[in-house]
Amino acid sequence: MPAVQDTIDRVRKIDVDQYKYGFQTEIAVDKAPKGLSEDIIRFISAKKDEPSWMLEWRLEAYRRWLTLEEPTWARVNYPKIDFQDIYYYAAPKSTPGPTSLSDVDPEILKVYEKLGIPLKEQEILAGVQKTDASDLEEPSDNVYKSGRVAVDAVFDSVSVVTTFKKELAQAGVIFCSISEAIREHPELVQKYLGSVVPTSDNFYATLNSAVFTDGSFVFVPKGVRCPMELSTYFRMNEKNTGQFERTLIIAEEGAYVSYLEGCTAPQRDENQLHAAVVELVALDDAEIKYSTVQNWYPGDAEGKGGIYNFVTKRGDCRGHRSKISWTQVETGSAITWKYPSCILRGDDSSGEFYSIAVSNGYQQVDSGTKMIHLGKNTSSRIISKGIAAGFSQNTYRGQVSAHRKATNARNFTNCDSLLIGDQCGAHTVPYMEAKNSTAQFEHEATTSKISEDQKFYVMQRGIPEEEAIALIVNGFVKDVIQQLPMEFAVEAQKLIGISLEGSVG
Amino acid sequence: MLEIRNLHARIVDDGTEIIRGLNLTVKAGEVAAIMGPNGSGKSTLSYILAGREDYEVTEGDILYNGQSILEMDPAERATSGIFLAFQYPMEIPGVATMEFLKVAMNEQRKARGQEPLKIPEFLKRVKEAAASLSMDMAMLKRPLNVGFSGGEKKRAEILQMKLLEPKLCVLDETDSGLDIDALKIVSDGVNALRAPDRAFLVITHYQRLLEHIVPDSVHVLYRGQVIKSGDKSLALDLEANGYAGVIGEAA
Repeated sequence: MPAVQDTIDRVRKIDVDQYKYGFQTEIAVDKAPKGLSEDIIRFISAKKDEPSWMLEWRLEAYRRWLTLEEPTWARVNYPKIDFQDIYYYAAPKSTPGPTSLSDVDPEILKVYEKLGIPLKEQEILAGVQKTDASDLEEPSDNVYKSGRVAVDAVFDSVSVVTTFKKELAQAGVIFCSISEAIREHPELVQKYLGSVVPTSDNFYATLNSAVFTDGSFVFVPKGVRCPMELSTYFRMNEKNTGQFERTLIIAEEGAYVSYLEGCTAPQRDENQLHAAVVELVALDDAEIKYSTVQNWYPGDAEGKGGIYNFVTKRGDCRGHRSKISWTQVETGSAITWKYPSCILRGDDSSGEFYSIAVSNGYQQVDSGTKMIHLGKNTSSRIISKGIAAGFSQNTYRGQVSAHRKATNARNFTNCDSLLIGDQCGAHTVPYMEAKNSTAQFEHEATTSKISEDQKFYVMQRGIPEEEAIALIVNGFVKDVIQQLPMEFAVEAQKLIGISLEGSVG
Repeated sequence: MLEIRNLHARIVDDGTEIIRGLNLTVKAGEVAAIMGPNGSGKSTLSYILAGREDYEVTEGDILYNGQSILEMDPAERATSGIFLAFQYPMEIPGVATMEFLKVAMNEQRKARGQEPLKIPEFLKRVKEAAASLSMDMAMLKRPLNVGFSGGEKKRAEILQMKLLEPKLCVLDETDSGLDIDALKIVSDGVNALRAPDRAFLVITHYQRLLEHIVPDSVHVLYRGQVIKSGDKSLALDLEANGYAGVIGEAA
C-alpha cells in the first residue's frame, strides 16, 4: 500500500491550496497612505463625510489605543504585527459609498457572482418562485439562491451595495451600511454605538473604534419581526489592507431579527489583519439570532499567509425576557481570537452560544464565549465543538459568571473536542464564577479522537477516506448545525468537509 | 471468486505474525464456514480481507475475481463488492442510520459510474429490506448503532449488506450476542441473499449458526492456517469432539 499512499500524497501536494475563494480582483482603488496616525483617522472620517462627533469619538479611541498593550493571554503564536505597515482604508474607486446597484463597478459585481452571492434582487426573488420538487431533494449549492436574504456587501473598507432596502423600510426595518447610518440616523448611532463594546474595551476593539471603515447597521423597531434574513458579506481584496468593520444591531421591544455574516479573502503570502467589532442590543422581549460562517483564507499548507482574525462580538440582553443567540462556524483564518458574548442584564433574559471551530494545517484557534449573568432568572447555554486536524491548535476559552444579584442564574456548558491525527492539539479553558448561591452551572467536556475503528467501519461501506472523516465530523457537530438557518446548514456542512480536506493521509 | 494464496500477515505495531501461510479458495455461489478456536486468526482474516491498515501482508496474495486486492484501500474493496459484517459494529454518533445508508449506497454507485438513487427509490429499498429483517423504520432515524442492542446492531449489519448488494460477504461471528429469535431473523436475511454469483465467508465459533446458514464447505483455522477442510459434516464433528482431534491430526 505505501506506493499508493505516496501517489495520493503527491497529487495532494500539487493541489495543496484548496481554498476555493483565493482569487484576487483588479479594481482601481482609493487608498489612504500606509500606517496609522491622527491624520489617517481624519482622512478616513473625511472620506466618509462623517459628522464631527464621530471624528472625535474615533480620535478619543485612537489616543486610548496608544496607551494599550497587545494582549498575550490567548494560546496563539504569531510574529508581532507592525501596525504602521497596514493600509487602513481601501475603497473601490468608482464607489464613494453605498449606491444603487446600477452604480456599482461591474468588476465588483463579478466578484460577488464568483462567490455565489447574487446582489441583484430580482435573482433572489426568482429563487423564491422556484418550487421544483427536485430542489427539495438536492439542496442547492448556493444558499443565497434558495431563499430571500437581504445582503449588505462590504468590499475592503466600504459597503458597496445593500439589497432589499425598500422592502425592509416598509416594515420599518433599517438595514444599511454603518457609514450611511452615521449620516442618516445619527441619533440611533450615537445612542447605541459603543454602548455594548466601549471604545476602551480591549486592544483590538479600541483600534477598531478608531479606524473602522464600514460594516452593517440594523434597526428593528418595536414589535416588528424582520420579514427576511439579513446578511452581510465581507470580502477583503486589497493587499496589506486591514479590514475593520463595525456592526451594530438593535432590536427594540418585542422585535426579532436573524442575521448572518459570511467572509472570504484572496489567497496571499502575507498575513492580513481583520479586527471587527459587533454590538447587539436587545430590549424587552426582543430576540436577535446572529450566525457567522467564517471562511477567511487560512494560510497555505506550510502555514504561510492567512488572516489574523481578532474580533470582539458582544450582545447586550438589555431588556427583560430578551434573548441573544450566537451561532458560529469557524473554518478559516490563520489565527482566530474571538469570544462572542452575552451580557444578561434584563431579568429572565437568555443567551446562547453554539460554535463549531475547525482548524487544519497550521491554523490556531482561541475562541469561546462569555456569559455574564446580571439579572434574575437569567439562563445561558453553551455548546462548543472544536475539531483539530493537521498541526493546528484549537482552544475553547469560556467564562460564565453570576453577579451577586443574579438570583437563579442557570448555565449549561458542553465543550467537545475532536482530534484528527496526532500532531494537533485541543484545549479547554473554562472559567466559572458564581457570586450568588442560587446559581446553577453545569459543565461537560469531552475530548475524543476519530478512532481508526470508526474510520475503517465507515470506509468498509464504500465511503472514501475523506468523505468518511467528513461524515463522522458532521455527526459530531450536528447539535450546532441544527441551530443555523436551514439554508446555511447545508453550506456549513460542506465547508467543514472542504476545510478538512488533506487532514488525513 | 476468492483465492487466498500462502498468505502471511502480521500486526504492524508489534510485528506479531497472525496469519501463517493460509490457503483458501471460495467459489461464486459458495457458502464457506471458517471455524477455529479462539486466537486462531479468524477475525484477523476478515479484517485483512476488508483492508484494515493495522495488518501488513508480508507474503502471499489475495485474489478477488482473479485480481490482487492488496493495493486497494477499504473503500475501494467495499466498492468492488467485498462486505464485512462486523462482530462489533461501530457507533457513529450524530449520523442517522438512514443518512448513513444513503451516503454509502450513493458513494458505491458513484464509484461505479451510476447516478445517485432518487429519494423515493432509496426509501422503497430501505423499507423493503428493513421489513424483511423485522426492523422498525423509527430505529433508522437514530444515529447508527448508538444505543442499539446487540441484536439490533447485527440486524443493522445485515440490512446494510442487503442494500449494498455485495458479491463477497464476510460475516464475522454474526451469531455472537444473538438470542434464538434474532439468530433466525439474521440467518433468514443471509439465506435470502444466497445467489449463484455471490459467495459467503461465515466465520463462527459454533455449529449453532451453521444449522441456520448451511455451508457448502467448512474450514478449520488454527494458528493462522487452514488445517482441515471438509463439507458440513466437519462442523458437526467439531461440535461433537472439539478442536483437539483435528489439531492433533494436523500436528
